[in-house]
Amino acid sequence: MIRRGAQPAHLAARARQRSAPPSIDQPAVMAEFASGPALLDGIRALRDLGVSRLDAFTPYEVAGLEPLLGVRRSRLPWIALGIGLAFGGAAYLLQWWINVIDYPLNIGGRPYHSAPAFIPITFEMTVLFAAAAALISALVLGGLPRLWHPVFEIAGFERATIDRFWLAIAPDHGAPDHGVIDRARVMAALEAAGALRVVWLVPSGDAPAAPLAGGAP
Amino acid sequence: MTEPERTSPADRDGHRGDDSDDVLLGRPSDAALSEQLLSTTWRPLTAGWKLAFAICLLLTLLLFAMVTLTVLRGIGMWGNQIPVAWGFGIINFVWWIGIGHAGTFISAILLLLEQPWRTSINRFTEGMTLFAVVQAGLFPLLHLGRPWFAYWLFPYPSAMDTWPQVRSALPWDAAAVTTYFSVSVMFWYLGLVPDLAALRDRAPTRTRRILYGICALGWRGSVEQWRHHKVAYYLLAGLATPLVLSVHSVVSLDFATTGLPGWHSTLFPPFFVAGAILSGFAMVLVLIIPARRVFRLHNVITPRHFDAMAKMLLITSWIVTYSYLVEIFMGWYSADRYESYQYLHNRPFGWYGWAFWLMMFCNCVATQLFWSRRMRRNLTALFAVALLVNLGMWLERFEIIVVSLARDFLPSAWHLFVPTWVDLGILTGTLGFFGLLFLLFLRVVPFVPVAEMKQMRSELDAHAGAREEAAR
Repeated sequence: MIRRGAQPAHLAARARQRSAPPSIDQPAVMAEFASGPALLDGIRALRDLGVSRLDAFTPYEVAGLEPLLGVRRSRLPWIALGIGLAFGGAAYLLQWWINVIDYPLNIGGRPYHSAPAFIPITFEMTVLFAAAAALISALVLGGLPRLWHPVFEIAGFERATIDRFWLAIAPDHGAPDHGVIDRARVMAALEAAGALRVVWLVPSGDAPAAPLAGGAP
Repeated sequence: MTEPERTSPADRDGHRGDDSDDVLLGRPSDAALSEQLLSTTWRPLTAGWKLAFAICLLLTLLLFAMVTLTVLRGIGMWGNQIPVAWGFGIINFVWWIGIGHAGTFISAILLLLEQPWRTSINRFTEGMTLFAVVQAGLFPLLHLGRPWFAYWLFPYPSAMDTWPQVRSALPWDAAAVTTYFSVSVMFWYLGLVPDLAALRDRAPTRTRRILYGICALGWRGSVEQWRHHKVAYYLLAGLATPLVLSVHSVVSLDFATTGLPGWHSTLFPPFFVAGAILSGFAMVLVLIIPARRVFRLHNVITPRHFDAMAKMLLITSWIVTYSYLVEIFMGWYSADRYESYQYLHNRPFGWYGWAFWLMMFCNCVATQLFWSRRMRRNLTALFAVALLVNLGMWLERFEIIVVSLARDFLPSAWHLFVPTWVDLGILTGTLGFFGLLFLLFLRVVPFVPVAEMKQMRSELDAHAGAREEAAR
């Protein structure tokens, strides 16, 4: 049995504070699968046990994973839209201020405030800053840059970017019986779903952390 | 890790898979695909690569020497004169920036249109875009004459109390090209992050792992990371899409906003964009045919890819042909003696008539080969026509710039333009510098997107499974 208190209190608090589900900062249990569909089976099996705080690490996007974990649509486009419009507007205002207020030049009697001539730069700046906002938001919202992460310490996790699909269970995994995981049942469920091995990261009283099925083939 | 699987005869010999319409030949496993595509960064260098690198390095040195000469002595070293004040500098600028367009077209527009054949070639072409824009950027900079004042193009509170003239097309150009380059870099890097992480986990030496690890920023492929990554990737594609159209449109406005016969035309923006995509696809073919052979990527870059690219050549070639015809027609229809002289006499029969007919052959006639499906899959034909199109598109810019300027309004002002050896040296040098950057790119990052390929394979598997289910 694992109790919730197994993780240091400050880490658990930080994990809750920093990330809404499903991002897990310090997983309690990790399971390795050979394919995306097997990973989905594993998640469904754990769901049936009532374990709901889950995360997954995959080499590419697995179809059906996000709905299964209840992931909401990213709010990133709104950030990009806001930043893009703000900088586009600023670019227009700057052009107007340059041409009309600070440095008016009479070019063949054409109007100082010539909106059509200001459009190209306004458009380009909107795109430039919206794109920069999208890139930076994608990285920052995904918790990057962060060169080291606890999951990197797991032997074999380096295949998570190649051909292995990892499932993580949070210490406060959302099980109905107040944070108690029945180890035997979790092992059985993951094994039935086709887990290659299961790694227990949170030390528990009843058994040492050991691979389930003799490691990766 | 296992060796890449040989999954079908076509893996070994591209010619045997010529009739296939698959975007991926065979069904390599995730591990095999990763190994095949990542290992391009650590496989021993071939003699061919080293030779190409040496040649490109020499040409790059030539470029640096010519640029130094230009900066030291001024652009009097070039063939520019009055009335041909825009010579090779602007021709090469427009040519190079046009070449970049196919990259963004493939990586952004075809992503939004859900074309599966873009997947394996998008990073390759996006890299081509970046390096072509680097070459392009060099020319307006040097053409300023005093490149150390280039920052005057950007608005900053200067001690001289002046600002750029934003009602002129030239600051638009500065903004458009800078934005294009920056957004292309961002799009390219975002797509690269998962593959850099794969290299961090798979590369053979510790130094490489550390370097790739830093570039990967700690990517671990969690659900949260993929969720934002996917949205940002599509968003950047959506943002880059109008850039494909706007950059060359803005470039064309440098010409169209003037009153010169041969330049003063509302046709220019779409005409320039179509030409840009034509030349870009031609350059993609010139680069990808040898790269596919050298790195043995016959299973991921298939006849289907060449077929699709040949069709793009054919389509854009027809748009360009149509534009040429409209230009000539409008020259006659305008009833303006300068316009009709420009299009009906000067271009086809003037000093540079040979360039006009050669351009017509390269851009309009040679591409008609691709009505034939067999020719669309014949790499020799593709490579040859692609080279011709690149030449033809360079000649098109020569037509627009030099031929229009050399004989403008007053015959007393006409002046034959002859490039100097510095002009030719800079053009050759940029080809070498482009090749140098590209060869380094092929070695430093996986140039076929690994995560995207694995995802596409899993989707193809899922579709095949669904079809089998339906058949049963």
